[in-house]
Amino acid sequence: MKIINCPINGPRPLQEFHFGGEVRTMPDPAELTDQQWADYVFNRDGEPGVKREWWYHVPSGTWFIAERDNRTDEFLRTYLYNAERTDG
Amino acid sequence: MPHRLLKFALSKKHPEPRMFRAPAGLKSEYDAVIIGGGGHGLAAAYYLAKDHGITNVAVLEKGYLGGGGTGRNTAIVRSNYLTPEGVRFYQGSVELFQDLSRELNLNLFYSERGHFTLAHSPASLRTQRWRAEVNKHLGINSRVVTPAFIKETVPEIDLSVGGQQAPICGALYHPPGAIARHDAVAWGYARGADRRGVEIHQQTAVTDIEIRDGAVAGVHTDKGFIKTRKVLSAVAGWTTHITKMVGLRTPLVIHPLQALVTEPLKPWLNSIVVSASLHLYVSQSSRGELVAGASLDPYELISMRSTLDFAEGMSAGLLDLFPCLGDIKVLRQWAGLCDMTPDFSPIMGTTPISGFYIDAGWGTWGFKATPISGKTMAFTVAEDRDHELITAFNLSRFNRLELVGEKGAASVGH
Ligand SMILES: Cc1cc2nc3c(=O)[nH]c(=O)nc-3n(C[C@H](O)[C@H](O)[C@H](O)COP(=O)(O)OP(=O)(O)OC[C@H]3O[C@@H](n4cnc5c(N)ncnc54)[C@H](O)[C@@H]3O)c2cc1C
Repeated sequence: MKIINCPINGPRPLQEFHFGGEVRTMPDPAELTDQQWADYVFNRDGEPGVKREWWYHVPSGTWFIAERDNRTDEFLRTYLYNAERTDG
Repeated sequence: MPHRLLKFALSKKHPEPRMFRAPAGLKSEYDAVIIGGGGHGLAAAYYLAKDHGITNVAVLEKGYLGGGGTGRNTAIVRSNYLTPEGVRFYQGSVELFQDLSRELNLNLFYSERGHFTLAHSPASLRTQRWRAEVNKHLGINSRVVTPAFIKETVPEIDLSVGGQQAPICGALYHPPGAIARHDAVAWGYARGADRRGVEIHQQTAVTDIEIRDGAVAGVHTDKGFIKTRKVLSAVAGWTTHITKMVGLRTPLVIHPLQALVTEPLKPWLNSIVVSASLHLYVSQSSRGELVAGASLDPYELISMRSTLDFAEGMSAGLLDLFPCLGDIKVLRQWAGLCDMTPDFSPIMGTTPISGFYIDAGWGTWGFKATPISGKTMAFTVAEDRDHELITAFNLSRFNRLELVGEKGAASVGH
């Protein structure tokens, strides 16, 4: 069984988690052309490599960020959104 | 053992002809290069040669023919989609499939079984009704049927699903729904293309694509550089590798999809049965094995690993639907890569890069499209403009916010 390290609850089984997609910063729609907005809405960075992703621990309602290699499924780091800001 | 077979086994020579040649090496230049020796790439090569007389073509496959999604799918073919664009396109494929064994002179075991999409709630019955009406309007044999009809056709089914789900309250029924021998589809197209002069290079990976002034100039492979002005990327679950080489942004994300087969049984299940609520679909192959698949793995991954979670979930669902399978063993399980689009329609046709054509976004639904995608992509490559059946699927639809929403018909992996 695959185990993911929740920043609050520690190692928990995969079944308790929900995948939230790539971490992306929403640009200001008022500043964008329609094409740029469509690019933000639809296009994704689906290439192989290490990704920063949103994950959700369902039982405790915790959203956090994981750095994961999408080729090996290895979770390199998990941390809360704010924690990431302070430790740079 | 028949005498002929015995003689063949003992012979040092191999008197039976190969399906296709193994060309000596890459030429320095081709009129077109096709990346990916799956069904789509091989079908495109076949129709380029047959319909358009373009035979100076190389198909480059990094592994072996059909080793991608083509040899891993559950081989369901149907055209009961939700959007008119989808229905017309997939119906074109069904029509080609119906005559394909004859055309390729190879028995593809194309077997029309009838396809049930079970509804476990009034809401899902409503979607099935919607699909049935779109289908009928476009001349597709498709209708909503009652639980009694389902039970009569598939007597082994438990309509109450063991109490594990809301009971089955109806289904969308599509009599032409079929299964086929998927690797034969790849081999048949490969042989047809090969006989018309196309070169098929296995164990040859594309490592980069040369673009000059916004136009394709050639491809780099692990066996050297090839000059060409036309490249068709037909690599399904590997598409994000290729679009990275040419700097094209797409909505594609890759998820694994898993499937399994049971030990072979005497024929008992003629129909193809799909339940979105139970996340499963199942049919019985001509070898007697039950072939069953699930919905997508729930997060992105570019890896073909199998999981116990899948085997457990799949077995539970199968037992809820068919309690008679309690003693049946799973023989093997595997996974394939699915290149998913947000609207569950493919991405096909020309791109902003001159001479670079894309055939992708095949997700969990691309096997059935093999013939029509080959035919329409061959047209597109030959004429340098999108075939009319695929204009709605161009990559630019996302920029124009003109998605082709097929989720209701394609979200369970088949
Ligand atoms: C478990 C499962 C069940 C499915 N069930 C169904 C179903 O019932 N019905 C249905 O319609 N669809 C189904 N699908 C989807 C279907 O299998 C795919 O959409 C379809 O096979 C895609 O075919 P293709 O020829 O485009 O790609 P593939 O068959 O994946 O071929 C792509 C090829 O490109 C090669 N390649 C990749 N990168 C390179 C490179 N750089 N250089 C050279 N070669 C490269 C790969 O090795 C591969 O052989 C299923 C998929 C899975 C995984």
